[in-house]
Amino acid sequence: MGSRSFLSKLRDGDEIARLVTFLFAATVVLITLLLVFELWTNSVLPRHKFGWHFFVAQAWDPVMDEYGALPFMYGTVVSSALALLIAVPLGLGAAIFLAELAPARVSDSLQFFIDLLAAVPSVIYGLLGFFIIVPFVRSVLFPALNSSLGFLPLFKGPSYGVSYIAAGMVLAIMVIPYIISVSREVLLSVPRDQREAALALGSTRWESTWKVVVPFAKTGIMGSVFLALARALGETMAVTMVIGNTPKLAASLFAPGYSIAAVIANEFTEATGDLYLQALIELGLVLFLLTFILNGLARLLIIVTTQKGSKVAN
Amino acid sequence: MSARLRWRKFLSNFMLTMTGVCAFVSVIVLFLILGYLLFNGGKSVSWAFFTKLPVPVGETGGGMANAIVGSAKLLFGASLFGVPVGFFGGIYLAEFSGSKTAAVVRYAADLLNGVPSIVIGIFAYSMVVLPFKHFSTFAGAFALGLMMIPITLRSTEEFLNGVPRMLREGAMALGASKWKTITTVIVPAAYRGILTAVLLALARVAGEAAPLLFTAFGNRFWSPGWNQPTAALPEMIFRYATSPYEDWQRQAWAAGLVLLALILIINILARTILSRGIAVPRS
Amino acid sequence: MKRTALIAMAVLVFAGVVWAQSGLLINGAGASFPFPIYSKWFDVYHQKNGGIQFNYQSVGSGAGIKQVTEGTVDFGASDGPMNDEQLKAYQDKRGSAILHFPTVLGAAVPTYNVPGVTATLNFTPEALAGIFLGKITKWNDPAIAGANKGVNLPANDIVVVHRSDGSGTTYIWTDYLSKVNDEWKSKVNKATSVNWPVGLGGKGSEGVTGLVKQTPNAIGYVELIYAAQNNIPYGAVKNSSGKFVKADMASVSAAAAGAAKEMPDDFRVSITNSSGKDAYPISSFTWLLVPAKIQDGPKRDAIKGFLTWMLADGQTYAEQLSYAKLPKEVVEKEKKAIAKVQ
Repeated sequence: MGSRSFLSKLRDGDEIARLVTFLFAATVVLITLLLVFELWTNSVLPRHKFGWHFFVAQAWDPVMDEYGALPFMYGTVVSSALALLIAVPLGLGAAIFLAELAPARVSDSLQFFIDLLAAVPSVIYGLLGFFIIVPFVRSVLFPALNSSLGFLPLFKGPSYGVSYIAAGMVLAIMVIPYIISVSREVLLSVPRDQREAALALGSTRWESTWKVVVPFAKTGIMGSVFLALARALGETMAVTMVIGNTPKLAASLFAPGYSIAAVIANEFTEATGDLYLQALIELGLVLFLLTFILNGLARLLIIVTTQKGSKVAN
Repeated sequence: MSARLRWRKFLSNFMLTMTGVCAFVSVIVLFLILGYLLFNGGKSVSWAFFTKLPVPVGETGGGMANAIVGSAKLLFGASLFGVPVGFFGGIYLAEFSGSKTAAVVRYAADLLNGVPSIVIGIFAYSMVVLPFKHFSTFAGAFALGLMMIPITLRSTEEFLNGVPRMLREGAMALGASKWKTITTVIVPAAYRGILTAVLLALARVAGEAAPLLFTAFGNRFWSPGWNQPTAALPEMIFRYATSPYEDWQRQAWAAGLVLLALILIINILARTILSRGIAVPRS
Repeated sequence: MKRTALIAMAVLVFAGVVWAQSGLLINGAGASFPFPIYSKWFDVYHQKNGGIQFNYQSVGSGAGIKQVTEGTVDFGASDGPMNDEQLKAYQDKRGSAILHFPTVLGAAVPTYNVPGVTATLNFTPEALAGIFLGKITKWNDPAIAGANKGVNLPANDIVVVHRSDGSGTTYIWTDYLSKVNDEWKSKVNKATSVNWPVGLGGKGSEGVTGLVKQTPNAIGYVELIYAAQNNIPYGAVKNSSGKFVKADMASVSAAAAGAAKEMPDDFRVSITNSSGKDAYPISSFTWLLVPAKIQDGPKRDAIKGFLTWMLADGQTYAEQLSYAKLPKEVVEKEKKAIAKVQ
């Protein structure tokens, strides 16, 4: 085998296939690197001026040219975390229902419509969030949570409706289709014998689903969560309409906040002045870093739980 | 029946009911949104909407014909660019690569997916618009295509990996080369999941306005070819919905509805045309 | 069969979009504040001159300045004049100067939602500055109550709303506050985007209006045309002559009239807090940014033709869309300036 010449290996379709598909995969990495490179070189001014201070500074002053990323990082993380906290249980539950319990035709047609949700433009989610969710938060959710759990800093007032939690709720609605759609497909592709084996061993329907089928589909489900997380982190339009656009840190979920993607969307088109523009681009870079770290943490979580699982099996 | 068994049965019924509740809640929200869109948009959709160009504020009878065509072009171009890269890249990850390379590519794709759409727009602006000194449909398609890559890639890999080993080994045993196995056995087995993901990616970028602001730019008129600025539905929706004029706001809802219908049609067409008649067994 | 259908579809798509189109396409980008009237103008002009298409996109004043500096659009538009730094940047990048042409006048008005108050509230400069600085926190504060005798103002906390996106309206508002309040000038100053001491950010005018409408005790600022088109209550502001003036065509034009006499040659002037007893103090011009040197002959002629038309027939469309016309003196001066475009 090793003595075949390169040319003859090339004529072998497999080698070409390997090369060609490798080029495509490499393109993805290349594009990502290029993007990071662009962000890096176009944020040189604020990086030199502020250095690490950028991560902890809280002021955002285009007039005095003072820029800090902390309030935006905070808002991005909080709103995305809230979104996942709502969307993942709900979405996974719905996916399980659609894949395991619902009759095929119901499942397929519902899925069709759920997929359509992904096509609704962000602006429309923003409008719906603004006219429905924001008043709901202000007049229903806040009074309810504040009166019962108001001693917790998480639920303190005052509340105007536009808030981290409103953003989290809108984001949850936006990312649920991804979780349901992909998780359902993955669950459907788990081989039948896995379920049947579990049931044959005497497990209940739920046990076979939760303890056998779902773990089998774990990486696919995690993949859908990553998709959802990425969408939540980068969402601009819908968030800016419901989060209050206030670059200040606050402990309460009902306080107005800001996110990285929202401030870039709001200010980029009107920003003049190199430092200002580049500070916004540096925020884009920070978001990249956040995504990098969050993805890494999540992957670590998978590895740890998988290892634990295999240890138990042994 | 022992107490433990009764508990397990109860838990099973309870949890399964809960999943039903989850599905119910998700579907309710979905139908509320669709209903809202249908109600508000349906009122304003008219024949003029599909055939006329936009008119200035204060005048009635305008439409978004150029935006509809523009969106179709942009989606077409985006798919041409984004789907092959994601699809073949996914094949590489699932079939050819080692685990280290795979991890790197997957990470890169996840990062790309998390980039805010407006930053993708800025990137496309500096890559495609600035060097040529004008906005274009091509630049817009490039930006949207970039956004389609991560979903396509990850899902292709995921579903290819999910194909049972038996199928692969069976093909190999019959003497098929790796590539032939991939094209005739593995991809067809996984095509459903992949197609779902691609359509999901398409739906996602169809509704994005931010990456188009500095690439496709927008156009009041028809945009011939690929080299000029073009109008697009999400961009029009963004402008009209956030304007103070009631007529424009109504048109924005109509545009949202039309956009959804466009995606629906693409979904249906894609699923019927690309169905190879292979019944993928539902486990 | 299916494959041929696919191919047929692709062919149709391509054919349908590559048909030849005659006509000159001129791209412009900039301020969203005058977008309604610009879209009207360009449409009417296109009707009269079939072959010429002006494609204007309201991406924001800052973006307009940026894109015209980069050369990706043929002209720009801005609610605030370019500053010296930006002019120099343009000169360095494009090798020639850029000219400002005022087109119409607009204004920013204070809009509010105070429970129980239906009257038009009067605001002094001190009150507005104090509210937006976060110093005046209650509606029944003497600074507000003093100007509104007879109105029952509640002792509620004021909720301030401002624009979250950079905008010319913010520029006008902060320009005014900087002129009338030293603390504002040193702390916040004027720009399309500032570091607001207090308040919620609403995206776009509709975001601000929406928030003010939904939130009791709120106050915000929007463009006059926006308030007029949507029947939103707005207040009167005390001008430099001591009179409380509500914004409308007459008062905005009055603000410009004073400035017309001392209009600099490059037309870059701020008319907030201008003199004139009937002037509305938070008014502003909005400008088209046209390169002084345009290589492309047909484009140059088209732009010059449009400018000439805009100063004559164009002005007649202003009032029906709630913009104030340019004062006569400014129009005359501009007509002469068109010759500078070469």
